[in-house]
Amino acid sequence: MLKKAFSWVDERFPLSEVIKHELTEYPVPRNLNYMWNFGFLAMFVLIVQLVSGIFLAMHYKADVNMAFDSIQHIMRDVNYGWLIRYLHSTGASAFFVVVFIHIGRTLYYGSYRRPRELLWWTGLLLWFLLMATAFMGYLLPWGQMSYWGAQVITSLFGTTPVFGEEIVRWLRGDFVVGDATLTRFFALHYLFPFIISAAVVIHLVALHWVKSSNPSGITLRAKDNIPFHPYFTIKDMFGVGVFLIVFCGFVFFNPEFWIEADNNIAANPMSTPAHIVPEWYFLPFYAILRSIPDALGGVITMFMAVAIFAILPWLDRSNIPGGALFRPGYRIMVYVFFVDVLVLSYVGAKPPEGSFVIIGQIATLIYFGLFLLLPFVSSHEARRSREKGLPHEAERLIREEQEDLLRREHGVRRKGDEERLGQTDKGFQGEER
Amino acid sequence: MASDKDLDRPDRRDFLGAVTTAVGAVGVVGACYPFVSSMNPSKDVKVKSTSLVDLDSIPEGKTHTVEWQGKPIFVVHRTDEVIADMQASSTDIDPQADKDRVQQLQWLVVIGICTHLGCVPNRTESGWSCPCHGSIYDNSGRVLRGPAPKNLVVPPYEFINEKKIIIGKA
Repeated sequence: MLKKAFSWVDERFPLSEVIKHELTEYPVPRNLNYMWNFGFLAMFVLIVQLVSGIFLAMHYKADVNMAFDSIQHIMRDVNYGWLIRYLHSTGASAFFVVVFIHIGRTLYYGSYRRPRELLWWTGLLLWFLLMATAFMGYLLPWGQMSYWGAQVITSLFGTTPVFGEEIVRWLRGDFVVGDATLTRFFALHYLFPFIISAAVVIHLVALHWVKSSNPSGITLRAKDNIPFHPYFTIKDMFGVGVFLIVFCGFVFFNPEFWIEADNNIAANPMSTPAHIVPEWYFLPFYAILRSIPDALGGVITMFMAVAIFAILPWLDRSNIPGGALFRPGYRIMVYVFFVDVLVLSYVGAKPPEGSFVIIGQIATLIYFGLFLLLPFVSSHEARRSREKGLPHEAERLIREEQEDLLRREHGVRRKGDEERLGQTDKGFQGEER
Repeated sequence: MASDKDLDRPDRRDFLGAVTTAVGAVGVVGACYPFVSSMNPSKDVKVKSTSLVDLDSIPEGKTHTVEWQGKPIFVVHRTDEVIADMQASSTDIDPQADKDRVQQLQWLVVIGICTHLGCVPNRTESGWSCPCHGSIYDNSGRVLRGPAPKNLVVPPYEFINEKKIIIGKA
C-alpha cells in the first residue's frame, strides 16, 4: 500500500529521488566532529522561533497603548503563554549562541574557503537577516530597553550624509520611535522569518552542491564519505537532545537571564534608563561603534566589521587546505580573534568610560588587524609548512586535491588527458593497497 | 558492552529504534499540547463565562436583559397570572411543559437568541416576537409560530440564594 502510494507520487514528483539524493545517499565526510551539529541546531531553533512566534502573534497587540499590556496578558492570562513567550525570548538568544558557534567553526576549520565561498555568503546573509529580525522583535514588548534600543539603532542611520534626518524619519514613520514604528516592526518581524527560511533553502542547496567540509579541510575520497541518513540524522538528533537540556534549563528555571530587567518597565519616551545596553549578541559591534570617536566613522566601522567577513575567502591565501589543523599561524590568529570578540563584548556591556574606551579601541584595532594580516600570514605560513613538511598522509591528500582542482580549473575534457589523470589516480589507489 | 551474541541479534537494535521513535513521538505530542492549549479561551475570557444576576432589582412583571458570555439573557419576573397561564398551556412545535423550563416558577431565564437564525427577539405582552423572520414565543420562551424550530434555550444557572442566580458553570 505504502509502496503503491510512493510510486504514485514518484510518477508525478521526484520524492524518492530527493530523499535519496539529499538524505539516504547524500555523502557526508565520516570524520565530522560535534562542531558540525550547529547548522542543524540553527534550523531547529528557527523552527522553534517560527512556531512560538506565530502563537505569540495570536495574542500580541502591536499598538503603543496595548503592546506592553498584551505581553502581561500573554504571561498571565493565556494558557501556557508564559511558556511560549519564554521559548521565544530564550530562543532568540539560543539562535545567536548556535549561529556564533556555527560561524566560529567555519572560521576555525576554514570552511569558508574554495569552493564554499557562496555557501559562506548565503550564511552571512542569514546572519544579517537574523540580526535584523532580532532587533525588530526586541522592540515589540515595548519596554524601556526595547524603546531606547530602537531609538539608538534607528538614529545610527541619521549619520548618513545629506539625507540622514529624512532616512531616520522614514524608518520610524514618526519624529521619534512611535506607533508607526512599532506596527511596521511587527509586520517586518513577522515577514523576515519567511525570507530567512527561503535563504536557508538556498544555503542548503549550496551546501549540498559543494558538500560539507570536514575537520581536515581536505576533500575526502568517496570511500571516506558515509550517507547522511541514518548516520548524521542520529548524530544531529543527539545534538538536539543535548541542546534541549540546556535550552529548557533556561526556559524553565532562569528565563529572565536573557532579558534586561529594565525591559519589564513600560517604554517611556520622556526618560532614558541610566545605562542602556543592546542585546548581548550585538555587544561586540556596539563596542566597535563606540570606539570610533566620529559618529559617521563609527557606523561605517561597525558595518564593516560584519561585511569584512565576505572577503575572507580571498584574504586567506594559503594553499594548504582547511583551517587550523595544518596551519599553526592561522590557528593562533583564530584564537586571538575569538578572545578579541569576547573582550569587545565585555567592553560593549560596560559604560564608555576610563580604560574601557582604550581597551575597546585596541580590541577594534586587533579585530580589523587580523583580517588585514591574514593574506601575509597565510601565504608565508604555507611556504614554511610545505618546506618543513606536513604529515605524509596530509601531503598526499593535498596533492590529490590540487590535481583535482587543476583538472577542473583548466577544464581538461580531452579524452587523452582524462586517461592520463585517471592513471595517476589508479597509481595512488595501487599504492594504498 | 555488546558481545558477539548481541551482534547476531539485530532485533535488539530494531527494538531500541522503535522505543526511541515512540518516546520521541510522545515528546513531540507533549510539546504540541501547550500550543494547542494557548488557543483556548484565556483566563480573562474565562471570567466572562459566568454572570451573577441580582434578582432583587427586577420588579414583578418586568424583564431584564443581562449579558452572559457576550450573549443576551432574558430574566423574567413572572406574575402569578402569567405562571398559571403558562402552566395551563402547551405548544406544538417543540412541546415542553413550563415546569421543565424553570427552577422557580416566578423566574424564567432564557438565552435571548432566536433559535432560527440568531436575532434577538423583542418583548411583547404575551412573550417575544422576532423582528427578523416573525417567530413568536410565549411567556415560557416556547415557540408558538415558526420559522424558529426550537424553544428559547434555557442556559445552565443556579440559585445561590433566594435573591441571586449565577448563569453558566464556573
